[in-house]
Amino acid sequence: MDLASILLGGLAAGMVLFVVSVGLSVTMGLMGFVNLAHGGFAMLGGYAVVLAMRHWGLPFGAALALGFVAVALVAALLERTLYARLYRASELDQVLFTIGLVFVMVAGVTLTVGPETQGVQLPPWLRGQTDLGFLKYRTYSLALIAFGVLLMAALWLGFERTRIGAQIRAAVDNRRMAESMGVNVRRLFTLTFALGSGLAAAGGGLGAEILGLDPQYPLRYLAYFLIVVAVGGLGRVSGVFFAALALGVLDFVLKVHFPKGGTMFIYALTIAFLLARPQGLFGKRA
Amino acid sequence: MQARRRWGGVIAAAALAVAGGASAQTVKVGVVLPFTGVGAEFGQQVDRGMQMYLKLNAGAFAPYKVELVRRDSKNPSGAEAKTAVQELIAQEKVDLLAGFIYSPDAIASAPLATAAKKPMVIMNAGTAWITNLSPMISRVSFSMWHAGHAMGEAAANSLKAKTAVVGYTDYPPGKDSLDAFKRGFETAGGSVVDAIPMGGPGQVPDFTPFFQRAKDKKPDVFFVFVPAGDHAVSVMKTYAALGMREAGIKLVGPGDITQDIKLQSMGKDAVGLITAHHYNADLDNAANRRLVAAWKQEYGADSTPDFMAVQGYDGMAAIAHVVRTLGGRIDAEGAMKALKGWKYDSPRGPISIDPATRDIVMNEYLSELVLKDGRLVQKNIGVIEAVKDMCKELKAGKCAQ
Repeated sequence: MDLASILLGGLAAGMVLFVVSVGLSVTMGLMGFVNLAHGGFAMLGGYAVVLAMRHWGLPFGAALALGFVAVALVAALLERTLYARLYRASELDQVLFTIGLVFVMVAGVTLTVGPETQGVQLPPWLRGQTDLGFLKYRTYSLALIAFGVLLMAALWLGFERTRIGAQIRAAVDNRRMAESMGVNVRRLFTLTFALGSGLAAAGGGLGAEILGLDPQYPLRYLAYFLIVVAVGGLGRVSGVFFAALALGVLDFVLKVHFPKGGTMFIYALTIAFLLARPQGLFGKRA
Repeated sequence: MQARRRWGGVIAAAALAVAGGASAQTVKVGVVLPFTGVGAEFGQQVDRGMQMYLKLNAGAFAPYKVELVRRDSKNPSGAEAKTAVQELIAQEKVDLLAGFIYSPDAIASAPLATAAKKPMVIMNAGTAWITNLSPMISRVSFSMWHAGHAMGEAAANSLKAKTAVVGYTDYPPGKDSLDAFKRGFETAGGSVVDAIPMGGPGQVPDFTPFFQRAKDKKPDVFFVFVPAGDHAVSVMKTYAALGMREAGIKLVGPGDITQDIKLQSMGKDAVGLITAHHYNADLDNAANRRLVAAWKQEYGADSTPDFMAVQGYDGMAAIAHVVRTLGGRIDAEGAMKALKGWKYDSPRGPISIDPATRDIVMNEYLSELVLKDGRLVQKNIGVIEAVKDMCKELKAGKCAQ
């Protein structure tokens, strides 16, 4: 077995999981809101990218930016009009509301675009193979890994070195204390919700080549997004990063060696891990 | 003598009157196809194929009339198809059943056809042993073994391959295709070194890990069976992105992966792909040229018939044959007798129904994808004539029952 190519393939899938899940982790950490519709925003982003490229002829990068902005705006609107009503509701109500929202998104996309899988037409420089010296590998996977690392660095700087980042960290650690210090957590939440959904949208567009894109997308990958968040720890960007990479690589390795039912081990491992460390990789024990 | 002659006249007159009544007879055909859901496009192709037969062969049913009663089989699970068949038999009182895209649809419906004694003309569903499920079934489409076995023989004999890896979608026709290719390839001297199940038919998976595993085995050919449509497009992309062609691994498969309606969306990555199948729109014969021309006129220059459309077309031809043979009054025994041994000059070449198995006998064409005037075209590179379903012929596995 070619270890390097298996590692690269898994890392690329892991990066997509990271880009999609990081927003979910932060918003869940901030408000404790169980948002199962997060994958739906990733799907909407993917469709925005595909349709903008097909109908308006936008280049891939511009379509990704458009998907990010459009979905962030939609998410902010939904947060103000719908999500805000359920902040004080029980977790079951939140789960019911967001899973209902997923079904609306699935049906809406099936109705307007159709049930079939959508393909992304990558620009020529992202297609084919790149020679790394010691091995040749799929260019797009390498690009995804590079993008994921850059995004991780940017998010880390944003969280550690900016005022807003400090406010988010404070609110995740102790919301009531942060509020009493004058941090407007509600506004912070709207902002992170929009940004997180926008990132999910970018992840949907970036990942379409690898994870595919069809109306069932948010339900199919929901368990993976939740595993990443649970294992990484709520509101921990670096935790999500490493959890996503571990899951991506593990999933890839298991599919290579046990193509039939290999993913079962992932769920078993997740259960074992969470029993030992319920707060996740870098989460603080409550 | 006088009296007898007079009686003879009366009988002749009565017979004429019956025949006259029969000429107004309408034969009802219950058509079960997915008109919505993942298979909607396939349902449409088969339905259009049936329409094209009626359009190009206006007098085929004369002096009788045919009425198509369409029902939506929706998901590939078989449950909705079964409900539809139940309703067609009990409420609509159809004379024949036709359609059935997915194997589970046909498998779930077979016991109903047996119980109600309704002849069932299968226009796609390719799992080999389906025809054994009911004496009422005849299949005008194909068995997975037709293309799979032929491709296995061709890979060893024509492509000179020694080793192969098989990747298949994990459901009955996928396993059939694996068995068929393996039998054909290994009988001809090759060796299948690995078989990789690649997820279910409902959704297109990420093929990267499966293809990575295949690449690491370094086979001469990589035989892939996935459902026609979006799966196939994704297969081509992954094959190209992982550099398997550069690694000297030839991608081969049944013609499902080069379905004509999806061909142009596969892009240049697909050039060189070799498939075995019973039809492609580029086949050069008079019946096919006529069909393709009429199709483009009816549904637009970018549209094309494909193997599913031709199966609908030939299915209507089979039904027309039954209706004419039985004089417009369908009875189960008579219909099955008429279908057994039926011969027809189809757009896919000469076909017939094997009297022993009620399955189709037809040519398998070996084709290579080439680029011609910027379009992907299937170039004919060989033909195996009058191929039977080898699964039942060899009594392999479940086909022995």
